[in-house]
Amino acid sequence: MAPAVPRSGDAIFANVERVNAELFTLTYGAIVRQLLTDLEEVEEVNKQLDQMGYNIGIRLIDEFLAKSNVTRCVDFRETAEVIAKVGFKMFLGVTASVTNWDTEGTCCSLILDDNPLVDFVELPDTCQGLYYCNILSGVVRGALEMVSMKTKVTWVRDMLRGDDAFELQVKLLKQVPEEYPYKDDE
Amino acid sequence: MQFFGGSEISPSPPVPTASGNNAHMMYIFNRNGVCLLYREWNRPLRTLDSNQDHKLMFGLLFSLKSLTAKMDPSSTEKGNLGVPQLPGQGCSFHSFRTNTYKLSFMESPSGIKIILVTHPKASDLRESLKYIYNLYVEYVVKNPLYTPGTPIRSVENLIDFNFHYTIGPEASYSTQLLTNMCEVSDDLAQVSLLQHLVYNG
Repeated sequence: MAPAVPRSGDAIFANVERVNAELFTLTYGAIVRQLLTDLEEVEEVNKQLDQMGYNIGIRLIDEFLAKSNVTRCVDFRETAEVIAKVGFKMFLGVTASVTNWDTEGTCCSLILDDNPLVDFVELPDTCQGLYYCNILSGVVRGALEMVSMKTKVTWVRDMLRGDDAFELQVKLLKQVPEEYPYKDDE
Repeated sequence: MQFFGGSEISPSPPVPTASGNNAHMMYIFNRNGVCLLYREWNRPLRTLDSNQDHKLMFGLLFSLKSLTAKMDPSSTEKGNLGVPQLPGQGCSFHSFRTNTYKLSFMESPSGIKIILVTHPKASDLRESLKYIYNLYVEYVVKNPLYTPGTPIRSVENLIDFNFHYTIGPEASYSTQLLTNMCEVSDDLAQVSLLQHLVYNG
């Protein structure tokens, strides 16, 4: 029996249940607003958004693997391509491109064409240090951790802060292979 | 010395009376060896208590995976046996068969391992394993009240897991399943809902 062919992001996006984009944007905005009210410190909010994204990412990875049929990526380059072309397309409906590879192939940048989270959003002066889309960096970090890659994901360029694009830098820290979890004395 | 002749000496299990797969047992493990789900429908012989049984199963598969990857004649890697592997890397084995059962296995790159033990005449079960993985995603991963990495407790999740094996001719298994579920949940309303769903699809 032939193994299942990985499906493209468009095909999967057409098949999953979708939600109204404005509802999604406004809900996310409400979450960030509430966090700002509760935590008051912009750095705390950034951390909390990242943590929330991490919790989403560790679950998202299974859904991604189940729906897209991708097999294990051979190296980090392929991983980044799959995240940009299939992952972002499947869950957010936007494509991303992968650029700025470093010489060792462990660090790259994902540039989002479009970001549904930030429609209608402007950062006021009181929130200048806020990474509004930090949840996305947490999601990528969480998902990659569940496939044995420890990464550091940060925003390099953020349009809400005045830059011209959304650029997410993903740096592979190390690969953590599976170890036998039980002690040998049992 | 190995061949004692056919079925006169080694007992073979009863031929399935109905069409469809007769699953005997199902295990789901995560990457840390925690048994997330264990269900049995037809297991006359139990040699170990459940903890040891889970460990044995996990250890067996861990070692088998490692062995099969190292023995791969088409692979160019020269790693040593025993070096930890990334899940999904290298070749992956998917089933083994004995004269009394067939064990089918699937592992996702995120380390979720699904094991199904069935009658030896079962055909390739990779599609069924993928189906179970999809159910796992839909009903367990997406459940916000479920903590990843802990055994699956909620009763509702079991409904669909067993749909595939309890619809129609497998009605005897579904009764057994409902009895199992009753032990987990005393809520009569829930049981009647389950009954309705199982028998009416």
